[in-house]
Amino acid sequence: MLLDVKNLTTRFHTHDGEVSAVSDVSLSVKAGECLGVVGESGSGKTQVFMTIMGLLAKNGRAEGEVYFNGQQIIGLKTEALNKLRGVEFSMIFQDPMTSLNPYLRISRQMTEVLVEHRGCSEAEAAQKSIDLLDLVGIPEPKERFRMYPHEFSGGMRQRVMIAMALLCEPQLLIADEPTTALDVTVQAQILDLIARLGRELNMATVLITHDLGVIAGLSDRVVVMYGGRIVEEAPVDNLFKNPYHPYTWGLLESMPRIDEISRDTLYTISGQPPDLQALPPGCSFEPRCEYAFDRCQIEVPELRRIAEDRVKACHLDQLK
Amino acid sequence: MAILSVIVILAVLAPSLSPWPFDEPDWGYDFPGPPNVELKHWFGTDGNGRDLFVRTLYGARISLLVGIIATSVSLLIGVTYGATAGFIGGRVDNVMMRIVDILYSLPFMFFVILLMVFFGRNIFLIFVALGAVEWLTMARIVRGQTLSVKKKEFIEAAHAIGVSNWKIIYRHIIPNVLGPVIVYMTLTIPQVILTESFLSFLGLGVQEPLTSWGVLISEGAKQMESAPWLLVFPAIFLAITLFCFNFIGDGLRDALDPKDR
Amino acid sequence: MNRENGANDNRPILSVRGLKVYFPIVGSGLFSKMIPLKAVDGIDFDLYPGETLGVVGESGCGKSTLGRGILQLLEPTEGTVLWLGEHIEGLSAKEMIGYRKQLQIIFQDPLASLNPRMTIGDIIAEPLTVHYPELSPEDRKQKVREMMERVGLLPLMINRYPHEFSGGQCQRIGVARAMILEPKLIICDEPVSALDVSIQAQIINLIKDLQDSFGLSLVFISHDLSIVRHISHRIMVLYLGNTMEIADRDTLYSTPRHPYTRALISAVPIPDPKLEKKKQRLVLEGDLPSPLSPPSGCVFRTRCPLAQDVCSRQKPVLKEIGAGQQVACHFWDWQE
Repeated sequence: MLLDVKNLTTRFHTHDGEVSAVSDVSLSVKAGECLGVVGESGSGKTQVFMTIMGLLAKNGRAEGEVYFNGQQIIGLKTEALNKLRGVEFSMIFQDPMTSLNPYLRISRQMTEVLVEHRGCSEAEAAQKSIDLLDLVGIPEPKERFRMYPHEFSGGMRQRVMIAMALLCEPQLLIADEPTTALDVTVQAQILDLIARLGRELNMATVLITHDLGVIAGLSDRVVVMYGGRIVEEAPVDNLFKNPYHPYTWGLLESMPRIDEISRDTLYTISGQPPDLQALPPGCSFEPRCEYAFDRCQIEVPELRRIAEDRVKACHLDQLK
Repeated sequence: MAILSVIVILAVLAPSLSPWPFDEPDWGYDFPGPPNVELKHWFGTDGNGRDLFVRTLYGARISLLVGIIATSVSLLIGVTYGATAGFIGGRVDNVMMRIVDILYSLPFMFFVILLMVFFGRNIFLIFVALGAVEWLTMARIVRGQTLSVKKKEFIEAAHAIGVSNWKIIYRHIIPNVLGPVIVYMTLTIPQVILTESFLSFLGLGVQEPLTSWGVLISEGAKQMESAPWLLVFPAIFLAITLFCFNFIGDGLRDALDPKDR
Repeated sequence: MNRENGANDNRPILSVRGLKVYFPIVGSGLFSKMIPLKAVDGIDFDLYPGETLGVVGESGCGKSTLGRGILQLLEPTEGTVLWLGEHIEGLSAKEMIGYRKQLQIIFQDPLASLNPRMTIGDIIAEPLTVHYPELSPEDRKQKVREMMERVGLLPLMINRYPHEFSGGQCQRIGVARAMILEPKLIICDEPVSALDVSIQAQIINLIKDLQDSFGLSLVFISHDLSIVRHISHRIMVLYLGNTMEIADRDTLYSTPRHPYTRALISAVPIPDPKLEKKKQRLVLEGDLPSPLSPPSGCVFRTRCPLAQDVCSRQKPVLKEIGAGQQVACHFWDWQE
C-alpha cells in the first residue's frame, strides 16, 4: 500500500467557530493505480490532500493517521516532510499560473528542485529538466527551458507543472483539478499525458475533480465525497453502472451527456451544497436526498463494506 | 468613538460647563495661572487671564468644525471628480488626472498663505482652502476605486438594463467606492485639524477672540517654561482626538465590507 | 424539441451579418500602429422565435464578445445586427434604451453580476424603474415578488443582500432580473459554468422552463458541449472569431463535418468508463494562435489534420451542405 489514510479529520478554527473540512476519511492508494476523488464544493476532497502534503492553512488542525510507504506523515516536522514532498509524492494544482513563480525562468524553478533534493550539479539538473519537458510533450524543450511562465499558454504551463512534479520521480502524483481551467481539447491532451506517464513511470495518481467524465476516463477506483466525508467507494466500472449512494446516483443522473439524446428536463438534486459551518446532525446529504427517512436525520451513516471492493455510507440498504 | 463623542459633547456644551466666559479675563487671578480647583480654573488661565478649560473647549469647536467641513468639501469635490474621471476613462480621464498631478505638485502652504493674504483671515476661507487642497488625494483614490469597480459585471448588467450613465455612477459605482473613501475621510479629518493647527501656529489661522487648539498650542509653546499647563492641556486634547479618528478609521475599514468576512 | 413553436413565423427575429468586433491594441515600439485584436471576425447567423442557438467554442473563440456585440454592449467594428427587422448595430446607449426591454443578458459569474450594496429586491426591480417609472413602488414590489417565486426564490428574502445567497441562488436572481421585463431574447453567457455540477441542472431546467412559458429565444454561450446539446435547437461552433460550423443539434452531434467540431466532440469526456476508455480521441496538436495574428486563409489550419495549401490561401466560406447544416471547410466531405 503506497498511501494509507486512516480516520483523517481536518478542522479549521474560524472566528465563526470550528469547521470540519474533512471528517473521518479513510482511503488508500496502491502503487501504480489511479484513484479518482469526486466531489463538489464543501466535499473536502482538496483538503484531504492538502493535509497530506502538509499545506494546511495556519488555522487548520489534522487528526488521524496517514502512512506513506508505511511512514506516518501527520505530525512530521517540516524538515522531514520536505524530504518526502516533491520527492516521493508531488501535487499539481488547478491554476498553473499561480503555482509558478512569474519572476523566475522555468529553468531556474526546475533545476532548483533537483539541485536541492537530488544533489545534482547545475548541468545535470538542466539536462534532466529538458528531458522531462520533452517527456511531457513540450515542443522545442531546449529553447522553452529558458522562458518565463507567462510565455507559455495555459495547457503548456500545466505540462510544465507536471514536469516539475515529476523531477524527482515520485511514486505518487496528486492532481487537484488539473484540467478544470483548461479548454476541452487541451484537457484531452493533458489527461492523456497523465495516463501515459502513470503507465510509463509506474506512478500512482490521485485525480481530484468534480467532472465524472474525467474520472471515467482515467481512474481505476473512485471515491465520492460529500460534506467532508466519503460516501461511496468502488471500482470505476461498478460505480458508474451501479451506484449505491443516492448522491452518486443523483450526480450521474443530473449530468447532461454529450452522447445522449436529451430528455426534456434534467434530473436535479434539489437544494444546495452543504454549509460546512452548519452541518446537520445526521447524514449531511439528508436535506437533499430523495430516499431520506427518519434515521437519516439523527444518525451519521458509517462507512460500511458491502462487497469485496465497495463501501458506502448510507442507511439505505438498496437503491431502488 | 466614545471618547470622541465625549469631546464633541463637551465642545458643544462648553459655555454651560464653566462659570468663566472664554474671552474675558479673570481679573482676580494670575496671568497666567496654574490649574486651581477652587476657583474652577481646571486648566488654569492663559496670558490674558482667560480660563483655559473653556478656551480649550471652544477651541475644540473650531478645530472639529474645520476638520469636518474641510473634509466634507474635499469629499464632495474629490468624489465627483474622481468618479467622473474614472467612469469616463480614456483621454478625458487622462486630462483630468494630469490636472490633479499638476495641482498636487504645487506647494500647498504657499497657496493657503496667498489666499489668507488676499482675502484676510476669514474662518470660512480656511475651511474652503483646506478642503480645496485635500480633494486631490481623495479624487485619486476615488478614481482608482472607480476603475476597478467599473470592470465588474454588475456594471455591465446595469448597462444591459439601460440605466443611464449618471445613475450608474450614482447608484452603482459610488456606493461601492465608499468603503475606502470613508476610511480616508476619517484619516483626513485629523490631517486637516493638524494643518489648521500648523497655520495657527504660524499665526495665519483663526482670528482672536476665536480660538482653536492650534492657537492655544502656539500660545502655550511660547510660554512653555513658565506656564506649562498652557501647552499641555490643548496638546493632550489634540492628540487624543487625532488618535480617536485614526482608530475609528481602522475600525470602519474592517466593518464596512460585509462580504470580506 | 423541434421548431414547431416558430413554425408560424418563418422570419428570424435576429439576423447577424458579417459581424466583426476588433479591439485596438497598441503594438510594441514607439511609433507602431494599432494592431487589431480580431475577437469576432465575420459571423453570420439567424435566430428564430422560440429557438435556442447554442454557441460553443474554446477560449479566444469570441463567443462572449459576440454576445456583447449583439446587445451593443460592445460596439461592432463592422457588420449588421437586425432585430425584428431594425438595424441596431452602432446605436448609442440612448438609442438602445427602447430595445433593452426586449434584449437581455445573463452573466457567467453569479455573484459578480449583482451590485453587492443593493438588496436583491432593488436589483430585480431596477429594470422596472428604468423602463416603467410610472409604476408605484407597491406594484413594483409585487412584480418582483412574483418573479422571485417564478424563478424559485423565496419572496420573503426580498430585502437580503447578494452575499447572503449561494451561487445557484445568485444566478436565479440574475435570471429574475433578466426576465422581469419579459424580453424576447436572452443572451446566456456561460450561465452555469461557475456553478457546482449538482446545481447546474437546476438552473438549466429553470431557463428551459422559462423559455417554454414565455416563448423566449436564447443565445446560449458555453464551452460545455454536453450542456449545449441538451438545451439548444441549433448550434454554432466558433474558433478564433470565425464560424466553423452551424447545424441542427442532432445533426451536429451525429455527423459533424468540420474537423474542429469533430475534435471538440471527441475531446469531451463521457461519464461512462467503458465508452471513455475505448474512445478514439482526435487529439489536436499545437496551441491556439494569437488573435492578434490569426493564420491566413482558414484560421484553423495550423492545427487541422486535413490542412492543405489551399487552406492557407483561401479562407473557406460558410456553405450550406444540406439539412440545415453549414460548414466552413474546403474538405468537409473528406471521409475517414
